[in-house]
Amino acid sequence: MTAPDNSSGSNATPRSTREAATLEFRGATKRYPGQEAAAVDGLSLTVPAGEILVLVGPSGCGKTTAMRMVNRMIEITEGDILLDERSVRDRAPAELRREIGYVIQQIGLFPHMTIADNVAVVPRLLGWERDRIDARVKELLELVSLGEGTGERYPSQLSGGQRQRVGVARALAADPPLMLMDEPFGAIDPINRERLQNEFLRLQGELRKTIVFVTHDIDEAIKMGDKIAVLRTGGRLAQYASPAELLMYPADEFIEDFVGADRALKRLALQRVRDIDLWRAATVRVGEPIEEARRKIADADIDMPLLVDEHGRPEGWLSERGMTGERVRAELRSRAEPTVELDDVLRDALADLIESEVHYSPVVDAEGCVAGVLSLEVISQTLQIPPDQVRTGPDLVAPGDEAVAGSEAPSR
Amino acid sequence: MAAGGGDMSMPIASLFTDAIRFIFVPQESVTGGVQVGGIGEISSLTANHLVLSAAAIAVACVIALPLGLWLGHVGKGEFLAISVSNVGRAVPTLALIAFFIAFVGIGFFNVLLALILLAIPPLLTNTYVGVRGVSPDAVDAARGMGMSESQIVRRVELPLAVRSIFGGLQLSAVSVVATAILGPLASVDTLGTPIVSVNVYGQAGLLGAAIVVAALAILVYLVLTALQRAATPAGLKA
Amino acid sequence: MSALALPLAQLEIRSRTGGTCVSEDGFCPGWIVDNLDRYVQPLLEHIYLTVISVAVGFAISFALALLAHRSGWLTAPVTALTSVLYTIPSIALFLILVPVTGLTALTAIIALVAYTQVFLFRNIINGLVNVPEETKDAARGMGLTDRQVLWRVEMPLAVPEILAGLRIATTSTVNLATLAFFAGAGGLGAQIFQDITFRSNVVVAGGLAILLAALFDLIFLGGQRVATPWRRAAAT
Repeated sequence: MTAPDNSSGSNATPRSTREAATLEFRGATKRYPGQEAAAVDGLSLTVPAGEILVLVGPSGCGKTTAMRMVNRMIEITEGDILLDERSVRDRAPAELRREIGYVIQQIGLFPHMTIADNVAVVPRLLGWERDRIDARVKELLELVSLGEGTGERYPSQLSGGQRQRVGVARALAADPPLMLMDEPFGAIDPINRERLQNEFLRLQGELRKTIVFVTHDIDEAIKMGDKIAVLRTGGRLAQYASPAELLMYPADEFIEDFVGADRALKRLALQRVRDIDLWRAATVRVGEPIEEARRKIADADIDMPLLVDEHGRPEGWLSERGMTGERVRAELRSRAEPTVELDDVLRDALADLIESEVHYSPVVDAEGCVAGVLSLEVISQTLQIPPDQVRTGPDLVAPGDEAVAGSEAPSR
Repeated sequence: MAAGGGDMSMPIASLFTDAIRFIFVPQESVTGGVQVGGIGEISSLTANHLVLSAAAIAVACVIALPLGLWLGHVGKGEFLAISVSNVGRAVPTLALIAFFIAFVGIGFFNVLLALILLAIPPLLTNTYVGVRGVSPDAVDAARGMGMSESQIVRRVELPLAVRSIFGGLQLSAVSVVATAILGPLASVDTLGTPIVSVNVYGQAGLLGAAIVVAALAILVYLVLTALQRAATPAGLKA
Repeated sequence: MSALALPLAQLEIRSRTGGTCVSEDGFCPGWIVDNLDRYVQPLLEHIYLTVISVAVGFAISFALALLAHRSGWLTAPVTALTSVLYTIPSIALFLILVPVTGLTALTAIIALVAYTQVFLFRNIINGLVNVPEETKDAARGMGLTDRQVLWRVEMPLAVPEILAGLRIATTSTVNLATLAFFAGAGGLGAQIFQDITFRSNVVVAGGLAILLAALFDLIFLGGQRVATPWRRAAAT
């Protein structure tokens, strides 16, 4: 993972002062009396501090059970779970839970309390001073982009998306080193779900909590997870890997099926154009000596010269006739359309190529200058790159990437 | 006006023994000369009590069920259907009977009328609530499959509301059976007669009648509970 | 007379001679104004019976409901018992209790308390049970102890149903207390019974009982609004 992205604003005050915790499942097993099969069977994995572990799998695979064992909402039958090297079994459940953020699909806001009181529940349990609680509530509501005056309202007056934000704010209230999230966006419509996911990843970029995130949706898992643990029925770990690894090297047929036939495409969603090796382009200008241009073409990965203006911005692909005579003439075979940007997600760039019925297109940087050429060939080569060399994760949501993300940047 | 509650010289057990004996064996009245009590008179008073109660509940059903079904089906008159039972609960049964005696008159039909008024509110409210409680999806599906409005009421809403309707029936029955005890105040003989005319029937008669009427009320309740179970569609029994 | 003497003697509260409104069972405003003080004592007795019975009944049902809520299995038998108890006609229960506890207010209160249970126990339990599972799950997940979940989450959310139960129990107790004179406990019913054919008397005593029930109803309705600000907020 890369460093938190702070370009969205001057992030002077740290939102989180506590170190994230490492979480280790050590043969954690849950058996219910009278049932032969275990609900969770010998789950062993380690989540480094500050990372998002996604537990994913078909219904009945024990993913929620595994999550709920962490804060002892469900007692462990065998094995152990360690939070910063310390067994959760050594802790009193209530005290343990106050240190672990908890968000569930139905949110479970307290309908008889105002939003501010909902957020203040754990700080009050911990006996914080009134002023500190008030300040924290204000800060958190701002952090999750809930406007002034939301604090005095009741849950029934909020939309589903707003309630979900309150749920996240409430879980963050005591600045827990670990958060448990059980299908937190499951009850939200697809459009708002994507907004909330992006917002949350942005928040996580700032806060760097250790997070256990349960979902049944493989796309959400790939988007949210630093690491993904796929569980199969009977609560057995089928694969524990990064999203790219999971897509590239599914451990067995079960994972292959679960990840889906379009896993190659899914993998493209994890990368940006800048993350891959582009073709070098032969950029030529009007009036440039033909000799010079021919040398550039020989050096380039594509033998089609690209005409650029004086600033290096692409004008179009040069025709054969433009290369006749002594100097390059403005004779275009076709305009430079579409152009792809370095920050585009690879899947979207591919869609652009296909839609425009071209095999390649110029790639431009933030100034609009040519940075290379993206081709269908380049993309298919990318899919052969080993996953440990692939950049993925929350940094995929770049600042200002989406209007939503921009509007959610805290103004400070 | 509570005259002499302190004299507990008579053992409690023998009071109850005398009361039970009164139910089965006729004895001379307090005023003398007449035989009162015994299984014969108690049976006939019980029959009167039941006929009066059953008639009141039957008429109340004829009025309240169609009205409740209709209001519930069209979704109108919620205020009426709900507040009628709030008002009904707030009017003391004794006051209701007293109003009838003082303003309408005595006799079987006047008492019957009072009991009908008493029985309507719980029936109406529970029928309405039962119908409104039917899932709109079920009604929508029924309409979508081409059922007429009356078919929807009879085949979907009524069966699904039957539990709630029986709940109302129980409430009505309990209060009608209890209030029929006051019948003799309006010259209608019921199991309340030995209670109201304690000066004739004596303490054993009063307590004996109280025991019989309590047993009768519980019996009615249990029968209605059994009927409710039998009438509830199997799919609703959880 | 033995201990079971009923106060059924019809005391004369008016003159029955002279062909006046009063002697002919009429509705006579003049008589009512002159005789209002007759109704003060029965009204106070009635309020006393109602308040004591509902208060004691609430304490008992609350304790029972807490026990049942914790145990899980107690709910069904207690509900069945209170329902059966409720079906016993109040007059019969008063009369059956008299040999045991005498012609006293205590007898009336015991029976009235028994009748409140069906409404109070059911509503308290329903109020607690109807708290959404996810709300309780979130509360536990945030580190509230079982006791804190009960008092800070479940109980406040059960308040509307508990108050609804108190409302019904109170109006029903006002109603049943009109028959408390069968237990020798006085009340407005005794006043009605004293001269049941005299319209003036029936209207005043019966009217007071209805007004009393309506008044209690309004008080609880107001209490319900004050105690549940989140419900009002939802409506706006």
